[in-house]
Amino acid sequence: MTDNELIWRIAGGSGDGIDSTSQNFAKALMRSGLHVFTHRHYPSRIRGGHTYVEVRAKDEPVQSRGDGYNFLLALGDSFARNPQEEAYYGKEELKPLYENFDDLREGGVLLYDEGLLDEEDVDEIELEEAAEENDWHVVPMDLRGIAKEHGREIMRNTAGIGATAAILDIDTAEFEELIEQNMAGDMQEANLNVLQDAYDAAAELDIDHDIEVPESTHDEEQVILSGSNAISYGALDEGCRFISGYPMTPWTDVFTIMSQHLPEFGGISEQVEDEIAAAALALGASHAGVKSMSGSSGGGFALMSEPLGLAEMTETPIVLVEAMRAGPSTGMPTKPEQADLEHVLYTSQGDSARVVFAPANIRECYTQTRAAFRIAYEYQIPAIVVYDQKIQGELRNLPASHFDEEPNADPGSVLTEEEIQDAAHHSSGKFQRFLHEPEDGSNVSPRSVPGQKDGRYLATGNEHNPSGHISEDPENRIAQMNRRLNKLDDIRADLDENASHQAYYGPDDAEYGILVWGSQQDTVFEAVDRLNENGHSVKALGVSDMMPYPVEEVSEWLDSVDEALVVEMNATAQFRGLTQKEIGKYGDKLSSLLKYNGNPFEPAEIVDGFESSINGEDLAATNMKYLPAAGD
Amino acid sequence: MSAFSAIGEEREIDRDEFTPGIEPQATWCPGCGDFGVLKALKQAMPEVGRNPDEVALFTGIGCSGKLNSYFNSYGFHTIHGRSLPVARAAKLANPELEVIAAGGDGDGYGIGGNHLIHTARENHDMTYIVFNNEIFGLTKGQTSPTSPKGHKSKTQPHGSAKSPIRPLSQSLNAGATYIARTAAVNPNQAKEIIAEAIEHDGFAHIDFLTQCPTWNKDAKHYVPYTDVQQSDEFDFDVSDRVEAAEMMRKTEERLYEGEVLTGRMYVEDARPSYGQEKRAIGEMPEEPLAERYFDEDAEWERTYDNLLEHHK
Repeated sequence: MTDNELIWRIAGGSGDGIDSTSQNFAKALMRSGLHVFTHRHYPSRIRGGHTYVEVRAKDEPVQSRGDGYNFLLALGDSFARNPQEEAYYGKEELKPLYENFDDLREGGVLLYDEGLLDEEDVDEIELEEAAEENDWHVVPMDLRGIAKEHGREIMRNTAGIGATAAILDIDTAEFEELIEQNMAGDMQEANLNVLQDAYDAAAELDIDHDIEVPESTHDEEQVILSGSNAISYGALDEGCRFISGYPMTPWTDVFTIMSQHLPEFGGISEQVEDEIAAAALALGASHAGVKSMSGSSGGGFALMSEPLGLAEMTETPIVLVEAMRAGPSTGMPTKPEQADLEHVLYTSQGDSARVVFAPANIRECYTQTRAAFRIAYEYQIPAIVVYDQKIQGELRNLPASHFDEEPNADPGSVLTEEEIQDAAHHSSGKFQRFLHEPEDGSNVSPRSVPGQKDGRYLATGNEHNPSGHISEDPENRIAQMNRRLNKLDDIRADLDENASHQAYYGPDDAEYGILVWGSQQDTVFEAVDRLNENGHSVKALGVSDMMPYPVEEVSEWLDSVDEALVVEMNATAQFRGLTQKEIGKYGDKLSSLLKYNGNPFEPAEIVDGFESSINGEDLAATNMKYLPAAGD
Repeated sequence: MSAFSAIGEEREIDRDEFTPGIEPQATWCPGCGDFGVLKALKQAMPEVGRNPDEVALFTGIGCSGKLNSYFNSYGFHTIHGRSLPVARAAKLANPELEVIAAGGDGDGYGIGGNHLIHTARENHDMTYIVFNNEIFGLTKGQTSPTSPKGHKSKTQPHGSAKSPIRPLSQSLNAGATYIARTAAVNPNQAKEIIAEAIEHDGFAHIDFLTQCPTWNKDAKHYVPYTDVQQSDEFDFDVSDRVEAAEMMRKTEERLYEGEVLTGRMYVEDARPSYGQEKRAIGEMPEEPLAERYFDEDAEWERTYDNLLEHHK
């Protein structure tokens, strides 16, 4: 737990407007000068089911969800349909109030809508006793009544914001401005009235508590967005103008954002019959000269295996997004996990030749998606951006200037018609699309595009000779295989010449290391600060390049520490396995801290996990699992 | 100026241009119907006035998938059942290309059946030729989706318990706007139908009967055949959906009774192609998208100027 921060949790049912309300709350706080971060938790259903969002606000950049929360706005689930206490899923209406209320910090405020939640029911969960024990300030208010007086019941969420503002002494000006920007007419007026009435009613209660909302100002203009926004904007700025997809949570986010903007950017979006078609369409568009992408989540990505292999074999550039969710199979559709790493690295028959980046946050989602396109089109190889439901759903502020970059629509290693006239042709007339030894000494044989004069060739998933014809000649086979696979070495060298995708954190001379990948990185960084404050000597390395793996960088870093804990959100330590496979040593130095219950790590859990692991304590009572190093 | 000067080139086209300069040894058996498709396709090209560099031929897997090994144009030999999704995206990326897809009956009616339904439904302006030999040939004679009921093979030792698929009827229901059946033994009709299909502005599906002399000796090379447009017995309006459906049903059933009916089964000219529909709702640029990447003066939008405002 850190001081001087607000962690405001809004909880209700799906359909109660939890998501949009939290977005406005976070945006208003950002506009007021604070740094914000949101953590989103929701069930896989359209209406009802406990859903919550935590908005964490500080006077310095926030990089992770916090530990628990200090303000709960419990709207209750207005869509709950099973009033029996013994119901299979528990008492749903009340869940937003009592589920995880252990995580409300001592001295925290608990504001709930007594207009929806019945007093008798609330008594049953022994709220009073718990409040006394934890010094909570319980504030029942008839938010529903206030909402219905001016408008509709759904405006309970606006009432909740008004009451929150009064209790925390936050100026409502930013909220009012957002309502004015987002709504019009009667709707706007009703919401403004609800906001004001709830504010006044809560102010009258004069709640005494110790939460202090910090104050700060921004040095430069800020924007607030999600990882899905950043991936989409990276793709658009790299000249991607074609996307094909099939809906699947959480991938749908990127697909939706791209589909909304592509028409105005002069591009094409296609929602198709399945994910096999989705990947195949992106391949077809790319083959015909358009920078293209597709993507899915675990199950849908499984269907893309074969087109992915075809892209590798025909050296057709393509960018795929894999938005991980908890598996296996349908798993937990709306919960994050990092268990598809091996899936994206190796799916499809034969030796894989692909690039895989795992951005850790919104900044990296933008830069690494751009890198994925540049590499894919320059090296004629599929590039995959793998992220998860955590980064997909979290909002964070960052300087707008991060996106102030020039677009790059370069289609990569494609010849113009003039260049094709001078390029190698087979005596049959076919353009030599797949030269064993490309002229510039690289492993990339430039391509032509259908419609270009004298550029015709055959692209095929069969092994093929330089003009594309099917060939099973052993010498040709070795030459083509080696050239395709050697591109990965060239890409590694290229990436090493540019700003590293890996993120280093903590004191250089630290004794211990924490190795992490993807979405858990920034939470680990916060934990590293606390561990060093606790007297440990710890640093962290966040790895984004999954393939080609940054062997030198990681080896050098691992050499510098005595031991390293690998933190990841899966049950079988996939990233640790990859690291050992790629580097071929350190088996006795790497232990694992794993979590796979559907919730991302909190910083305090990593602190506990680290301390338990070095003290040899058991983690059995926690949500985590510890896997010792080889030989331990 | 177009970056694709082969497209729309005004000149006489010779069908020999579609024969590769050095012709590879075909992998098809002597007497295979696939030779008939290749020949008819080459003959149709001069009629439609398209040259090899503006034609993109997408194939699936199987004997039929080798078509673009022997046909001189841009080719993409994709994966089993997936030629249509690859092909239709190429058409969206560059609508000026002449896009043709081809595959076998297992490829198009079995593993790729879903893609056929959706590609027909969307009415992409392209031609799809299905080599229908009622058998899996390249994998050595297994029962296919068009094999007759009772067909015995190594994988159906007691004879198939399934009725064959109705490819023409299915395509009509899905939304194809040009549907025909022809046969390798009927080269003139095949050439004419391919040319018509290519010139048709919408999804054209040709069920092309290709005898397999090695694995399907029962099919007897699809002779004699009847051209329904030439026969007095079949007087139906090819543009009438109800009459077409009746004709297709007869055609499908009689094949298994030993009577080979061929010809145009359905032609609908009024329905806009998918590209036209997309453009009409503002979801596809007027100029071919592929051109933009080769235009040095093209201006590319950037998200910083266009989208970041929503996030402030």
